[in-house]
Amino acid sequence: MEKKWPLWEIFVRSKNGLEHRHFGSLHAADADMALENARDVYTRRSEGVSIWVVESKNITASNPENNGELFEPAQDKVYRHPTFYTLPDEIKHM
Amino acid sequence: MSDAQLKNLEEIFEQRIANDEKIEPKDWMPEKYRKTHIRQISQHAHSEIVGMLPEGNWITRAPSLRRKVALLAKVQDEAGHGLYLYSACETLGISRDELYEQLHSGKAKYSSIFNYPTVTWADMGAIGWLVDGAAIINQVPLCNTSYGPYARAMIRVCKEESFHQRQGFEIMMTLCNGTEAQKQMAQDALNRWWWPSLMMLGPVDAESVHTEQSMKWKLKRKTNDELRQQFIDQTVPQADILGLTVPDPDLKWNEETGHYDFGEINWDEFWQVVKGHGPCNKERMNARVGAWEKGTWVRDAAMAYAEKQQNKKENPAKAV
Repeated sequence: MEKKWPLWEIFVRSKNGLEHRHFGSLHAADADMALENARDVYTRRSEGVSIWVVESKNITASNPENNGELFEPAQDKVYRHPTFYTLPDEIKHM
Repeated sequence: MSDAQLKNLEEIFEQRIANDEKIEPKDWMPEKYRKTHIRQISQHAHSEIVGMLPEGNWITRAPSLRRKVALLAKVQDEAGHGLYLYSACETLGISRDELYEQLHSGKAKYSSIFNYPTVTWADMGAIGWLVDGAAIINQVPLCNTSYGPYARAMIRVCKEESFHQRQGFEIMMTLCNGTEAQKQMAQDALNRWWWPSLMMLGPVDAESVHTEQSMKWKLKRKTNDELRQQFIDQTVPQADILGLTVPDPDLKWNEETGHYDFGEINWDEFWQVVKGHGPCNKERMNARVGAWEKGTWVRDAAMAYAEKQQNKKENPAKAV
């Protein structure tokens, strides 16, 4: 019969205080197996203290073709940055 | 898409790579870029997977527990490297099963070096020292290649690879400091692995069909001949430290060029092995295909179990 094992995305927190970061992906029959495999594939040298697994099909990603309308509007909004505002020289820190 | 539009996209694409920008899976890319990457990344993944076989031969016969845990860890790393690379390759729109199918049918290649037999324990030393040494030289520049998922996988691979080479060198060193018979065993392993290791870095530049395009896409940062010279220059002094003789009567330091001159490589042998006529090509493929086929029921059972668990979760009332 052979039903394919689905693909999972693996996120690892390398130490407490840091966020989970995408490490890669792997195939597994279910979430439990994905966790076990992720431990063996991505944390053989103490790279992590916590693992998230998400089945790849559940991730919705933006499309680079839409990058213009999505991200370009931020480029001309310089007033969102502190350097847009002028301060007298006497003020050293603000 | 019109030809003009396509040409425009291609120009923008080449410019991005020239500017050292990375290409990510959902970005537009020329079909040839995708195909070339699938070929190279999968070939690399297959090499990691088949590369476990010659070493697996010695796990049960490692001479001490220290050597055994190290060899086990190394072989496990190779499985891991294969997996990083397969998943990087899948981001280009090819499935894992198609990749395996290409390996098993002989359509895809893997590194020719793994078609040589591992007849003594010293071969574990020579493989780590020479084969992994050559692999590192090949791989380090790839940490900077243009395709994001491949570059990220390579960074992880390279971090883990240096333990492989060191453990190999340590095996050689121990043998060389041992009895005369042990030293002879180390010399014999060097004699057999030296030339295949040089071949492993690929055909001479004049005959390498993919080099030019690959350099442009940063899939390659140095040519095969440059990598080979680098490997020889760095390895010969290490052989001297071991007190072993590199099996090349023409090898000598060239004061003028600042490199070693070396003898003619037997390329007929290389092409024979690539074409499937090496000493162990059949044995390797039989082992690999056999493992995959014998594992079918395990993969099926895992899937059936996962579905059963899922059903139980969704319909707790129906569960018996």
